[in-house]
Amino acid sequence: MLTTTTITEFEEVLGTEAVVTDPVALRSYECDGLTGYRVTPALVLLPSTAEEVAACVSVCAREDIPFVARGAGTGLSGGALPVAQGVVISVQRLRRVLSIDPDNRRAVVEPGVTNADISRAAAPYGLYFAPDPSSGQVCTIGGNVAENSGGAHCLKYGFTVHHIHAVDVVLPDGTLTRLGSHAPHQAGYDLLGAFIGSEGTLGIAVRIEVRLLPRPAAWRTLVADFDSLEAAGDTVTDIIAAGIVPAAIEMMDSLSIEAVEAAVAAGYHRDARAALIVELDGPHQEVASQFAEIQRLCRDHGCTHLRVAADADERAVIWKGRKAAFAAVGRISPDYLVQDGVVPRTRLAEALTRIARLADAAGLRVANVFHAGDGNLHPLVLYSEAAGQHDRAEHLSTSIAELCVELGGSLSGEHGIGTDKACSMPRQFDADSLATMRRLRTAFDPHDLCNPGKVLPTPRLCGERPGPYQPHPLETAGVIERM
Amino acid sequence: MSETTDPPQPGTSSFDDHHPPARNLLDDCVHCGFCLPTCPTYVVTGEEMESPRGRIYLMDLAAKGEIPLNDAFGSRIDSCLGCLACTTACPSGVQYDKLIEAVRPQLERNVPRTPTDRFFRAAIFHLFPHPGRLRLAALGGIAYRALGIRALLHRLGVIRRLPARLRALEALLPPVTLRDLLRRTPSHVPAAAAAPAGLRVGLLAGCAQRVFFGDVNAATIRVLAAEGCEVYVPRDGQCCGALSMHAGREDDGLERARRTIDMFERHDLDIVVTNVAGCGSTLKEYGALLADDPDYRERAAAFSARTRDISELLAELPPLATRHPLPLRVAYHDACHLANAQRIRSQPREVLRAIPDLEVADIAEAEICCGSAGIYNLVQPEKAEELGRRKAASLHAARPEVIATANAGCLLQIRRHIGEDVPLVHPVQLVDASIRGVHPFRDSAKRRLPHD
Repeated sequence: MLTTTTITEFEEVLGTEAVVTDPVALRSYECDGLTGYRVTPALVLLPSTAEEVAACVSVCAREDIPFVARGAGTGLSGGALPVAQGVVISVQRLRRVLSIDPDNRRAVVEPGVTNADISRAAAPYGLYFAPDPSSGQVCTIGGNVAENSGGAHCLKYGFTVHHIHAVDVVLPDGTLTRLGSHAPHQAGYDLLGAFIGSEGTLGIAVRIEVRLLPRPAAWRTLVADFDSLEAAGDTVTDIIAAGIVPAAIEMMDSLSIEAVEAAVAAGYHRDARAALIVELDGPHQEVASQFAEIQRLCRDHGCTHLRVAADADERAVIWKGRKAAFAAVGRISPDYLVQDGVVPRTRLAEALTRIARLADAAGLRVANVFHAGDGNLHPLVLYSEAAGQHDRAEHLSTSIAELCVELGGSLSGEHGIGTDKACSMPRQFDADSLATMRRLRTAFDPHDLCNPGKVLPTPRLCGERPGPYQPHPLETAGVIERM
Repeated sequence: MSETTDPPQPGTSSFDDHHPPARNLLDDCVHCGFCLPTCPTYVVTGEEMESPRGRIYLMDLAAKGEIPLNDAFGSRIDSCLGCLACTTACPSGVQYDKLIEAVRPQLERNVPRTPTDRFFRAAIFHLFPHPGRLRLAALGGIAYRALGIRALLHRLGVIRRLPARLRALEALLPPVTLRDLLRRTPSHVPAAAAAPAGLRVGLLAGCAQRVFFGDVNAATIRVLAAEGCEVYVPRDGQCCGALSMHAGREDDGLERARRTIDMFERHDLDIVVTNVAGCGSTLKEYGALLADDPDYRERAAAFSARTRDISELLAELPPLATRHPLPLRVAYHDACHLANAQRIRSQPREVLRAIPDLEVADIAEAEICCGSAGIYNLVQPEKAEELGRRKAASLHAARPEVIATANAGCLLQIRRHIGEDVPLVHPVQLVDASIRGVHPFRDSAKRRLPHD
């Protein structure tokens, strides 16, 4: 339990300035990028070294205090939601790039370093870090490891898990150990594989050895407008069928385009029903021939306008628009929910039609922006809190995620399960699968102290009534509240 | 500041009724966090409540009556530099400038500061906006240096034992000379060349600007005249209100705004120009600030529409005077109130690049504030020092032969942290030197360039 003696102990380890006890300051930590769930932590700790993190966790383990690691707090599934009476361990003072080994294309970084900062540090060697979540300017590598984050370019380059050699972790009992190595194949259990994507439930990453890639010799980027989402979806299918693996294929519908244009004026056409952003990278010649092929495929499917980025600046503007899409939706709707699900690429058009039908039935608008190449949808449910539409929006959003499962896809493509979708897990996994996951978790964290309440459904969290939205038991108890 | 006694009433705003932060502006924030890496205090502390997102979150809680207006909240608002870098990164278009400007006066009115804090702030506001008093203080400063008192106090360790705020004040004292202090800026200078536009331009002489940077004003006047402008420099000796507005002293700031408008209206001007970024951003806000005042509403809007930063104006004017080569590598530091508040980034660089042989170097972390921020480096010395050191390191890494920046506060702050080895100038001083074909650095002002 957290007592004044424990607080003093934390202060002795970290210094008083790194222990936040002020009730007003603590409130700023009560949610991450998903503001619908809020819990004020009892304490926030700001360690500056891996050893300090280990010392904090040791105290938590000894005193039976639940703890939640937090990076930049940009997560969209409530993965960094604090626990009442628990502590938040922020890694925002572990922001050093420790070493870069350009010959072996590796870097060792602390968990609070952003994706953009890794690439910035690697740039002088002609290298970069490939995973590029849209929040890459601000989100931290520690959070990327926890969520196994993706991004627009994971179509070609894979997810975070494909770009990590090793992670030093603090286990829930305070042990500081290393998972993985830079050997291409590792003997024994793949603990690193288990850890990446565990959403902060198996320990805290404190040093990460990442893989760097040489910057491609060439890029080509285009934006193709279409009259319908189906035509755009069919174009995606044909590009993949042609054996081309673009670096990214993104799709936005007209509502998303409207929002993006209102926010950053990136030159998308507001009258397009759908816009595809296709990017190729690699050797000059290969990129040139495949780029011509892609333009031909776009025209074959009746694209109404084709914009080819003339230079690096225009490419940057196109991406700035796409990457600002979530936040930009704030310009066209007072409130919105970001959903994240996956459908088989071949069923994209079907998924979009059914999402539109669900939206109509709910009387709400849904904007779609997604990684079309791998079927990762990000439907944005637009609603007005003031008009009392919250519950309907929440219900619609959950229905969309569960529709993805029904179509043979997944509850989450990259944002994680977190708090938000723990209760939907039984839709995708049977009881044995969930029990296996629970056994793994218990092996790392037998006392349920490390980011408790995330990923796996619990009766306390999910209540006993499945189906449409019900007030959350914690909500009824006044422990959490939704916006 | 100390704790207020009223407990918060959930549902009832903790702000008073005079211009509280607007609900729709608070709701614009979707908590995405894109602002975090641009925020100097977040970069330094890594603390959520020291970020724009965290501050907006606390404002929102106060507006909902969930937290009171007290010292705990106020200290987070006080620590904001007001650099507005966050507004350039925000995809949702949050108008943080309006939010922070609404909240600061609320705290000034409703949260009593400690006697020491009150005294220190009062002292600043009785000194800096008053050029006469400031000149007197600077005279004291000259004596303090010249008589060896400074060296002695440093040697004895007296300075080291001063409170951080006084230490900051001491360290920021610029090395002015008696000649600088006695320099009189002319009140009217005719155009040196006939220009098609033939603009009548009024220059805001500034308060700290005219005392510490009279040479920048002189250069501005010469450049404007050379470019065919007739220049007027109204001399009423009063501050434009920027320092007060940025510190939440609303009534004082508005009164100064009215007097500044009156002062410039006495001359029939096409353009009002300023060479201080912090003043310029406030002059351009007069229209919004005085929107409630029926006597001034329209005049203030017209005044703001006429206001230009000197680089902005020079970029608009077709160049008349010949630029002589200046073979120098210049690091240009973006002043926040120019780059973020006025969105003037390209113009100063264009104006500098128009000088033959001059190279403008990029610097790392260009968007992060240097820590000056009005009176910030006096009232929040620790954070300001860390930011100053960080900025100096980025500037050094660019290996410049000269550093240029368009704000008096930045010039003082950077000079303190960069040391003596790299000269610091306002960009207009380089333009002036180029037009006159002389070396730009003060100690060799008379020296002709070798190629002339």
